[in-house]
Amino acid sequence: MDPEFFEQLAMPLFDQLYNFAHWLTGDRTDAEDLVQETYAKALKGFRSFQQGTNLRAWMYRILRNTFHTSRTGLAAQNTSSLEEEEAQGNAVTAHTVTPELLLLQQEDQQTVLKALAALPVPYREIILLCEVEELSYREIAQVLDVPIGTVMSRLSRARTALRQPQKTNPLGRPIDARTL
Amino acid sequence: MPVPCDQNPITLASYLDGELAPDQIPAMHEHIATCPQCAIEIAELTRLKHGLRAARGHHTPTLEFKKKLQQQVAPPRRPRLNVLRFIPAALALAATLLLAFTWTQHSRRQDAFSEVADLHVNALASTNPLDVISTDRHTVKPWFQGRIPFSFNVPELTGTEFTLLGGRVVYLHQQPGAQLIVAMRQHKISVLIFQASPGQALPFPASTEAGAHNAFTVETWQSNGLRFLVIGDVDATEIERLAQSLKQANS
Repeated sequence: MDPEFFEQLAMPLFDQLYNFAHWLTGDRTDAEDLVQETYAKALKGFRSFQQGTNLRAWMYRILRNTFHTSRTGLAAQNTSSLEEEEAQGNAVTAHTVTPELLLLQQEDQQTVLKALAALPVPYREIILLCEVEELSYREIAQVLDVPIGTVMSRLSRARTALRQPQKTNPLGRPIDARTL
Repeated sequence: MPVPCDQNPITLASYLDGELAPDQIPAMHEHIATCPQCAIEIAELTRLKHGLRAARGHHTPTLEFKKKLQQQVAPPRRPRLNVLRFIPAALALAATLLLAFTWTQHSRRQDAFSEVADLHVNALASTNPLDVISTDRHTVKPWFQGRIPFSFNVPELTGTEFTLLGGRVVYLHQQPGAQLIVAMRQHKISVLIFQASPGQALPFPASTEAGAHNAFTVETWQSNGLRFLVIGDVDATEIERLAQSLKQANS
Protein backbone atom coordinates (compact mmCIF):
# COMPACT_ATOMS: atom_id res chain seq x y z
CA MET A 1 0.00 0.00 0.00
CA ASP A 2 1.17 3.49 -0.80
CA PRO A 3 2.30 5.37 2.34
CA GLU A 4 0.26 8.31 1.04
CA PHE A 5 -2.87 6.50 2.25
CA PHE A 6 -1.47 5.62 5.66
CA GLU A 7 -2.46 8.88 7.28
CA GLN A 8 -6.04 8.66 5.97
CA LEU A 9 -6.48 5.07 7.12
CA ALA A 10 -4.52 5.02 10.38
CA MET A 11 -5.29 8.40 11.93
CA PRO A 12 -8.99 7.65 12.56
CA LEU A 13 -7.82 4.87 14.91
CA PHE A 14 -5.66 7.26 16.90
CA ASP A 15 -7.99 7.97 19.83
CA GLN A 16 -8.92 4.31 20.27
CA LEU A 17 -5.31 3.17 20.05
CA TYR A 18 -4.27 5.75 22.60
CA ASN A 19 -7.01 4.64 24.97
CA PHE A 20 -5.90 1.03 24.57
CA ALA A 21 -2.25 1.98 25.11
CA HIS A 22 -3.05 3.99 28.20
CA TRP A 23 -5.06 1.14 29.70
CA LEU A 24 -2.18 -1.23 29.00
CA THR A 25 0.60 0.96 30.35
CA GLY A 26 -1.38 2.82 32.99
CA ASP A 27 0.72 5.90 32.31
CA ARG A 28 0.37 8.84 29.91
CA THR A 29 4.02 9.13 28.93
CA ASP A 30 4.38 5.39 28.37
CA ALA A 31 1.13 5.36 26.39
CA GLU A 32 2.35 8.20 24.15
CA ASP A 33 5.65 6.43 23.55
CA LEU A 34 3.80 3.23 22.77
CA VAL A 35 1.39 4.87 20.32
CA GLN A 36 4.20 6.78 18.65
CA GLU A 37 6.28 3.64 18.21
CA THR A 38 3.22 1.78 16.93
CA TYR A 39 2.57 4.38 14.25
CA ALA A 40 6.25 4.50 13.30
CA LYS A 41 6.37 0.73 12.89
CA ALA A 42 3.06 0.66 11.03
CA LEU A 43 4.19 3.41 8.63
CA LYS A 44 7.43 1.53 8.02
CA GLY A 45 5.61 -1.72 7.36
CA PHE A 46 2.71 -0.19 5.50
CA ARG A 47 4.05 -1.23 2.10
CA SER A 48 3.75 -4.86 3.13
CA PHE A 49 0.23 -4.33 4.47
CA GLN A 50 -2.21 -6.20 2.24
CA GLN A 51 -5.12 -4.16 1.04
CA GLY A 52 -8.39 -5.76 2.05
CA THR A 53 -7.02 -7.19 5.29
CA ASN A 54 -8.03 -5.72 8.59
CA LEU A 55 -6.05 -2.54 9.25
CA ARG A 56 -7.59 -2.09 12.70
CA ALA A 57 -6.55 -5.55 13.85
CA TRP A 58 -3.14 -5.01 12.24
CA MET A 59 -2.59 -1.76 14.15
CA TYR A 60 -3.76 -3.23 17.48
CA ARG A 61 -1.48 -6.17 16.91
CA ILE A 62 1.54 -3.92 16.33
CA LEU A 63 0.68 -1.92 19.44
CA ARG A 64 0.16 -5.00 21.57
CA ASN A 65 3.39 -6.66 20.39
CA THR A 66 5.30 -3.44 20.90
CA PHE A 67 3.93 -3.21 24.40
CA HIS A 68 4.93 -6.77 25.23
CA THR A 69 8.51 -6.15 24.15
CA SER A 70 8.70 -2.80 25.94
CA ARG A 71 10.17 -2.30 29.39
CA THR A 72 6.74 -1.73 30.95
CA GLY A 73 5.27 -4.70 29.13
CA LEU A 74 8.04 -7.06 30.17
CA ALA A 75 7.79 -5.92 33.76
CA ALA A 76 4.04 -6.55 33.70
CA GLN A 77 4.52 -10.01 32.22
CA ASN A 78 7.08 -10.96 34.83
CA THR A 79 4.69 -10.24 37.63
CA SER A 80 1.56 -11.69 36.09
CA SER A 81 2.27 -14.36 33.53
CA LEU A 82 -0.54 -16.76 32.86
CA GLU A 83 1.46 -19.86 32.13
CA GLU A 84 -0.49 -22.95 31.27
CA GLU A 85 -3.73 -21.08 31.27
CA GLU A 86 -5.52 -23.91 29.53
CA ALA A 87 -4.40 -26.29 32.28
CA GLN A 88 -6.23 -24.12 34.77
CA GLY A 89 -9.40 -25.50 33.30
CA ASN A 90 -12.76 -24.13 34.19
CA ALA A 91 -12.15 -24.35 37.90
CA VAL A 92 -13.97 -21.11 38.44
CA THR A 93 -17.58 -21.63 37.66
CA ALA A 94 -19.80 -18.67 37.28
CA HIS A 95 -22.92 -20.71 37.56
CA THR A 96 -23.70 -19.93 41.09
CA VAL A 97 -25.22 -16.80 42.46
CA THR A 98 -22.21 -15.19 44.03
CA PRO A 99 -21.97 -12.43 46.58
CA GLU A 100 -19.83 -10.65 43.96
CA LEU A 101 -22.93 -10.20 41.83
CA LEU A 102 -24.63 -8.33 44.61
CA LEU A 103 -21.47 -6.39 45.26
CA LEU A 104 -21.18 -5.41 41.58
CA GLN A 105 -24.79 -4.37 41.50
CA GLN A 106 -24.14 -1.92 44.28
CA GLU A 107 -20.88 -0.59 42.99
CA ASP A 108 -20.47 2.02 40.37
CA GLN A 109 -18.49 1.98 37.19
CA GLN A 110 -15.43 3.30 38.96
CA THR A 111 -15.11 -0.04 40.70
CA VAL A 112 -15.22 -1.86 37.38
CA LEU A 113 -12.57 0.43 35.97
CA LYS A 114 -10.39 -0.07 39.02
CA ALA A 115 -10.77 -3.80 38.68
CA LEU A 116 -9.88 -3.56 34.98
CA ALA A 117 -6.72 -1.59 35.74
CA ALA A 118 -5.77 -4.22 38.33
CA LEU A 119 -6.21 -7.17 35.97
CA PRO A 120 -3.10 -9.06 34.84
CA VAL A 121 -2.05 -7.89 31.37
CA PRO A 122 -3.23 -10.99 29.39
CA TYR A 123 -6.72 -10.60 30.87
CA ARG A 124 -6.72 -6.83 30.71
CA GLU A 125 -5.79 -6.74 27.02
CA ILE A 126 -8.43 -9.24 25.97
CA ILE A 127 -11.15 -7.45 27.95
CA LEU A 128 -10.06 -4.17 26.39
CA LEU A 129 -10.07 -5.59 22.87
CA CYS A 130 -13.48 -7.21 23.29
CA GLU A 131 -15.45 -4.83 25.51
CA VAL A 132 -13.74 -1.49 25.00
CA GLU A 133 -12.37 -1.57 21.48
CA GLU A 134 -15.22 -3.87 20.35
CA LEU A 135 -13.12 -6.12 18.16
CA SER A 136 -14.69 -9.37 16.98
CA TYR A 137 -13.36 -12.72 18.18
CA ARG A 138 -11.73 -13.15 14.79
CA GLU A 139 -9.98 -9.78 15.06
CA ILE A 140 -8.87 -10.52 18.62
CA ALA A 141 -7.44 -13.82 17.43
CA GLN A 142 -5.44 -11.88 14.81
CA VAL A 143 -4.20 -9.34 17.33
CA LEU A 144 -3.14 -11.92 19.91
CA ASP A 145 -2.06 -14.46 17.30
CA VAL A 146 -4.00 -17.28 18.97
CA PRO A 147 -6.86 -19.51 17.77
CA ILE A 148 -10.45 -18.29 18.25
CA GLY A 149 -11.01 -21.07 20.80
CA THR A 150 -8.27 -19.63 22.98
CA VAL A 151 -9.82 -16.17 22.62
CA MET A 152 -13.12 -17.52 23.94
CA SER A 153 -11.66 -19.41 26.90
CA ARG A 154 -9.27 -16.63 27.87
CA LEU A 155 -12.05 -14.07 27.65
CA SER A 156 -14.18 -16.21 29.91
CA ARG A 157 -11.44 -16.41 32.52
CA ALA A 158 -10.73 -12.70 32.20
CA ARG A 159 -14.37 -11.92 32.95
CA THR A 160 -14.32 -14.19 35.93
CA ALA A 161 -11.16 -12.51 37.20
CA LEU A 162 -12.75 -9.13 36.64
CA ARG A 163 -15.70 -10.10 38.79
CA GLN A 164 -13.42 -11.09 41.64
CA PRO A 165 -11.33 -7.97 41.93
CA GLN A 166 -10.50 -8.39 45.58
CA LYS A 167 -9.14 -11.85 45.08
CA THR A 168 -5.80 -12.96 43.85
CA ASN A 169 -4.90 -13.60 40.23
CA PRO A 170 -5.26 -17.10 38.78
CA LEU A 171 -1.72 -18.08 39.78
CA GLY A 172 -2.57 -17.47 43.37
CA ARG A 173 -0.05 -14.68 43.72
CA PRO A 174 -1.16 -11.29 44.87
CA ILE A 175 -1.31 -8.84 41.97
CA ASP A 176 1.80 -6.74 41.87
CA ALA A 177 1.05 -3.10 42.53
CA ARG A 178 3.48 -2.04 39.80
CA THR A 179 1.21 -3.46 37.14
CA LEU A 180 -1.76 -1.38 38.13
CA MET B 1 -30.17 -27.35 45.44
CA PRO B 2 -30.67 -25.99 41.91
CA VAL B 3 -30.59 -28.43 39.03
CA PRO B 4 -27.05 -28.40 37.62
CA CYS B 5 -26.85 -26.69 34.22
CA ASP B 6 -24.65 -28.11 31.53
CA GLN B 7 -24.64 -24.90 29.50
CA ASN B 8 -21.09 -23.89 28.64
CA PRO B 9 -20.39 -20.41 30.09
CA ILE B 10 -18.33 -19.63 26.97
CA THR B 11 -21.42 -20.07 24.81
CA LEU B 12 -23.30 -17.64 27.03
CA ALA B 13 -20.54 -15.06 26.61
CA SER B 14 -20.44 -15.65 22.84
CA TYR B 15 -24.17 -15.01 22.76
CA LEU B 16 -23.71 -11.70 24.59
CA ASP B 17 -20.76 -10.72 22.42
CA GLY B 18 -22.84 -11.28 19.30
CA GLU B 19 -20.57 -14.09 18.20
CA LEU B 20 -23.05 -16.96 18.43
CA ALA B 21 -24.03 -18.56 15.12
CA PRO B 22 -27.50 -17.29 14.08
CA ASP B 23 -28.98 -20.80 14.07
CA GLN B 24 -28.04 -21.28 17.73
CA ILE B 25 -29.71 -18.12 18.97
CA PRO B 26 -33.32 -19.39 19.25
CA ALA B 27 -32.15 -22.38 21.33
CA MET B 28 -30.18 -20.00 23.58
CA HIS B 29 -33.24 -17.80 24.09
CA GLU B 30 -35.25 -20.86 25.04
CA HIS B 31 -32.60 -22.04 27.48
CA ILE B 32 -32.27 -18.67 29.24
CA ALA B 33 -36.02 -18.52 29.64
CA THR B 34 -36.03 -21.83 31.52
CA CYS B 35 -32.66 -21.77 33.35
CA PRO B 36 -32.50 -19.26 36.20
CA GLN B 37 -28.77 -19.82 36.69
CA CYS B 38 -27.97 -18.88 33.10
CA ALA B 39 -30.40 -15.95 33.29
CA ILE B 40 -28.52 -14.64 36.29
CA GLU B 41 -25.18 -15.22 34.57
CA ILE B 42 -26.42 -13.30 31.54
CA ALA B 43 -27.57 -10.46 33.76
CA GLU B 44 -24.23 -10.37 35.52
CA LEU B 45 -22.23 -10.36 32.28
CA THR B 46 -24.50 -7.66 30.85
CA ARG B 47 -23.92 -5.59 33.95
CA LEU B 48 -20.19 -6.05 33.51
CA LYS B 49 -20.43 -5.02 29.87
CA HIS B 50 -22.27 -1.86 30.87
CA GLY B 51 -19.69 -1.12 33.52
CA LEU B 52 -16.87 -1.51 31.02
CA ARG B 53 -18.41 1.01 28.64
CA ALA B 54 -16.92 3.66 30.86
CA ALA B 55 -13.48 2.46 29.80
CA ARG B 56 -14.19 3.49 26.19
CA GLY B 57 -12.46 6.75 25.51
CA HIS B 58 -11.61 6.90 29.22
CA HIS B 59 -8.08 7.99 28.40
CA THR B 60 -7.89 10.74 25.83
CA PRO B 61 -4.69 11.87 24.15
CA THR B 62 -3.58 15.47 24.47
CA LEU B 63 -3.96 17.75 21.48
CA GLU B 64 -0.21 18.36 21.43
CA PHE B 65 0.47 14.65 21.18
CA LYS B 66 -2.07 14.28 18.41
CA LYS B 67 -0.43 17.10 16.42
CA LYS B 68 3.00 15.62 17.03
CA LEU B 69 1.88 12.24 15.77
CA GLN B 70 0.10 13.72 12.79
CA GLN B 71 3.32 15.41 11.73
CA GLN B 72 5.12 12.10 12.12
CA VAL B 73 2.53 10.27 10.05
CA ALA B 74 1.85 12.91 7.39
CA PRO B 75 3.51 12.08 4.06
CA PRO B 76 6.68 14.18 4.21
CA ARG B 77 6.92 14.40 0.45
CA ARG B 78 3.90 16.60 -0.03
CA PRO B 79 5.44 20.03 0.69
CA ARG B 80 8.66 19.09 -1.10
CA LEU B 81 6.61 17.79 -3.99
CA ASN B 82 4.99 21.21 -4.39
CA VAL B 83 8.40 22.87 -4.58
CA LEU B 84 9.61 20.26 -7.05
CA ARG B 85 6.54 20.80 -9.13
CA PHE B 86 7.50 24.46 -9.60
CA ILE B 87 11.11 23.79 -10.55
CA PRO B 88 10.48 23.23 -14.28
CA ALA B 89 8.30 26.34 -14.41
CA ALA B 90 10.94 28.34 -12.51
CA LEU B 91 13.66 27.08 -14.85
CA ALA B 92 11.55 27.94 -17.86
CA LEU B 93 10.90 31.40 -16.47
CA ALA B 94 14.59 31.94 -15.70
CA ALA B 95 15.53 30.75 -19.19
CA THR B 96 12.95 33.06 -20.75
CA LEU B 97 14.19 36.04 -18.72
CA LEU B 98 17.80 35.26 -19.61
CA LEU B 99 16.90 34.92 -23.25
CA ALA B 100 14.90 38.16 -23.16
CA PHE B 101 17.76 39.96 -21.38
CA THR B 102 20.37 38.61 -23.80
CA TRP B 103 18.19 39.44 -26.77
CA THR B 104 17.55 42.96 -25.44
CA GLN B 105 21.26 43.52 -24.88
CA HIS B 106 22.00 42.06 -28.27
CA SER B 107 19.39 44.23 -29.98
CA ARG B 108 20.63 47.32 -28.10
CA ARG B 109 24.09 46.58 -29.45
CA GLN B 110 22.67 45.98 -32.89
CA ASP B 111 20.85 49.32 -32.60
CA ALA B 112 24.05 51.04 -31.45
CA PHE B 113 26.03 49.55 -34.31
CA SER B 114 23.25 50.57 -36.70
CA GLU B 115 23.51 54.16 -35.43
CA VAL B 116 27.26 54.09 -35.92
CA ALA B 117 26.74 52.78 -39.43
CA ASP B 118 24.20 55.58 -40.00
CA LEU B 119 26.79 58.15 -38.91
CA HIS B 120 29.28 56.63 -41.32
CA VAL B 121 26.86 56.50 -44.25
CA ASN B 122 25.52 59.96 -43.42
CA ALA B 123 28.99 61.43 -43.61
CA LEU B 124 29.70 59.76 -46.96
CA ALA B 125 26.35 60.81 -48.40
CA SER B 126 26.78 64.43 -47.36
CA THR B 127 27.86 67.01 -49.87
CA ASN B 128 30.01 68.39 -47.06
CA PRO B 129 31.25 65.24 -45.46
CA LEU B 130 34.07 66.91 -43.57
CA ASP B 131 34.36 69.97 -41.38
CA VAL B 132 38.10 69.88 -41.46
CA ILE B 133 39.79 68.71 -44.65
CA SER B 134 43.39 67.74 -44.17
CA THR B 135 45.63 64.75 -44.59
CA ASP B 136 47.86 66.15 -41.85
CA ARG B 137 47.15 64.73 -38.45
CA HIS B 138 48.70 67.87 -36.88
CA THR B 139 45.96 69.91 -38.50
CA VAL B 140 43.08 67.58 -37.83
CA LYS B 141 43.74 66.93 -34.13
CA PRO B 142 43.96 70.61 -33.03
CA TRP B 143 40.80 71.42 -35.01
CA PHE B 144 38.76 69.38 -32.49
CA GLN B 145 40.00 71.46 -29.54
CA GLY B 146 37.04 73.39 -28.11
CA ARG B 147 34.60 71.42 -30.24
CA ILE B 148 34.62 68.21 -28.24
CA PRO B 149 35.23 67.82 -24.49
CA PHE B 150 38.16 65.40 -24.82
CA SER B 151 41.39 64.91 -26.73
CA PHE B 152 42.81 62.00 -28.67
CA ASN B 153 45.81 61.20 -30.82
CA VAL B 154 45.66 60.69 -34.56
CA PRO B 155 48.17 58.11 -35.73
CA GLU B 156 50.67 58.88 -38.47
CA LEU B 157 49.17 57.23 -41.54
CA THR B 158 51.68 58.52 -44.08
CA GLY B 159 53.37 55.60 -45.76
CA THR B 160 50.52 53.20 -45.07
CA GLU B 161 47.66 52.12 -47.28
CA PHE B 162 45.43 54.51 -45.31
CA THR B 163 45.03 58.20 -46.06
CA LEU B 164 43.52 60.64 -43.59
CA LEU B 165 40.91 62.79 -45.33
CA GLY B 166 39.74 64.93 -42.42
CA GLY B 167 37.22 65.00 -39.61
CA ARG B 168 33.97 66.39 -38.25
CA VAL B 169 31.96 66.56 -35.04
CA VAL B 170 29.14 64.05 -34.57
CA TYR B 171 26.66 63.25 -31.85
CA LEU B 172 25.66 59.82 -30.63
CA HIS B 173 23.15 59.46 -27.77
CA GLN B 174 23.49 63.17 -26.98
CA GLN B 175 27.26 62.84 -26.65
CA PRO B 176 29.59 64.83 -28.88
CA GLY B 177 32.34 62.86 -30.60
CA ALA B 178 34.95 63.03 -33.31
CA GLN B 179 34.63 61.35 -36.67
CA LEU B 180 37.72 60.86 -38.77
CA ILE B 181 37.38 59.76 -42.37
CA VAL B 182 40.18 57.60 -43.64
CA ALA B 183 40.48 56.48 -47.23
CA MET B 184 41.79 53.14 -48.29
CA ARG B 185 41.95 52.92 -52.06
CA GLN B 186 38.37 53.78 -53.12
CA HIS B 187 36.92 52.77 -49.74
CA LYS B 188 36.19 55.15 -46.94
CA ILE B 189 36.49 54.21 -43.31
CA SER B 190 35.09 56.12 -40.35
CA VAL B 191 36.84 56.33 -37.01
CA LEU B 192 34.45 57.46 -34.30
CA ILE B 193 35.67 58.52 -30.90
CA PHE B 194 33.41 59.23 -27.90
CA GLN B 195 33.89 59.71 -24.22
CA ALA B 196 33.19 56.49 -22.39
CA SER B 197 31.52 58.17 -19.40
CA PRO B 198 30.37 55.58 -16.86
CA GLY B 199 27.01 57.28 -16.33
CA GLN B 200 26.14 57.30 -19.99
CA ALA B 201 27.86 54.17 -21.14
CA LEU B 202 27.25 53.56 -24.78
CA PRO B 203 25.72 50.17 -25.34
CA PHE B 204 28.78 48.58 -26.85
CA PRO B 205 30.57 45.49 -25.68
CA ALA B 206 33.87 46.28 -23.94
CA SER B 207 35.66 45.36 -27.11
CA THR B 208 35.09 43.27 -30.20
CA GLU B 209 37.17 41.78 -32.86
CA ALA B 210 36.31 43.24 -36.22
CA GLY B 211 32.90 41.87 -37.10
CA ALA B 212 30.26 42.36 -39.73
CA HIS B 213 27.16 44.49 -39.07
CA ASN B 214 24.83 45.36 -41.96
CA ALA B 215 27.64 44.45 -44.38
CA PHE B 216 29.93 46.99 -42.66
CA THR B 217 32.91 45.80 -40.76
CA VAL B 218 33.01 47.26 -37.26
CA GLU B 219 35.61 47.07 -34.53
CA THR B 220 35.27 48.76 -31.19
CA TRP B 221 37.35 49.04 -28.06
CA GLN B 222 37.81 51.28 -25.08
CA SER B 223 41.04 52.95 -24.09
CA ASN B 224 41.87 55.72 -21.55
CA GLY B 225 38.22 56.59 -21.07
CA LEU B 226 37.54 56.84 -24.78
CA ARG B 227 35.36 54.65 -26.91
CA PHE B 228 36.77 53.96 -30.37
CA LEU B 229 34.76 52.58 -33.27
CA VAL B 230 36.15 51.80 -36.68
CA ILE B 231 33.61 51.13 -39.40
CA GLY B 232 33.89 50.68 -43.13
CA ASP B 233 33.10 48.47 -46.10
CA VAL B 234 36.52 46.88 -46.20
CA ASP B 235 37.84 43.56 -44.96
CA ALA B 236 38.15 42.81 -41.30
CA THR B 237 41.94 42.52 -41.59
CA GLU B 238 42.20 46.07 -42.96
CA ILE B 239 39.89 47.45 -40.27
CA GLU B 240 42.04 45.56 -37.78
CA ARG B 241 45.27 47.18 -39.13
CA LEU B 242 43.80 50.69 -38.85
CA ALA B 243 42.50 49.86 -35.37
CA GLN B 244 45.97 48.71 -34.32
CA SER B 245 47.59 52.00 -35.38
CA LEU B 246 44.87 53.92 -33.47
CA LYS B 247 45.37 51.75 -30.40
CA GLN B 248 49.11 52.37 -30.46
CA ALA B 249 48.64 56.13 -30.82
CA ASN B 250 46.20 56.29 -27.91
CA SER B 251 47.64 53.76 -25.50
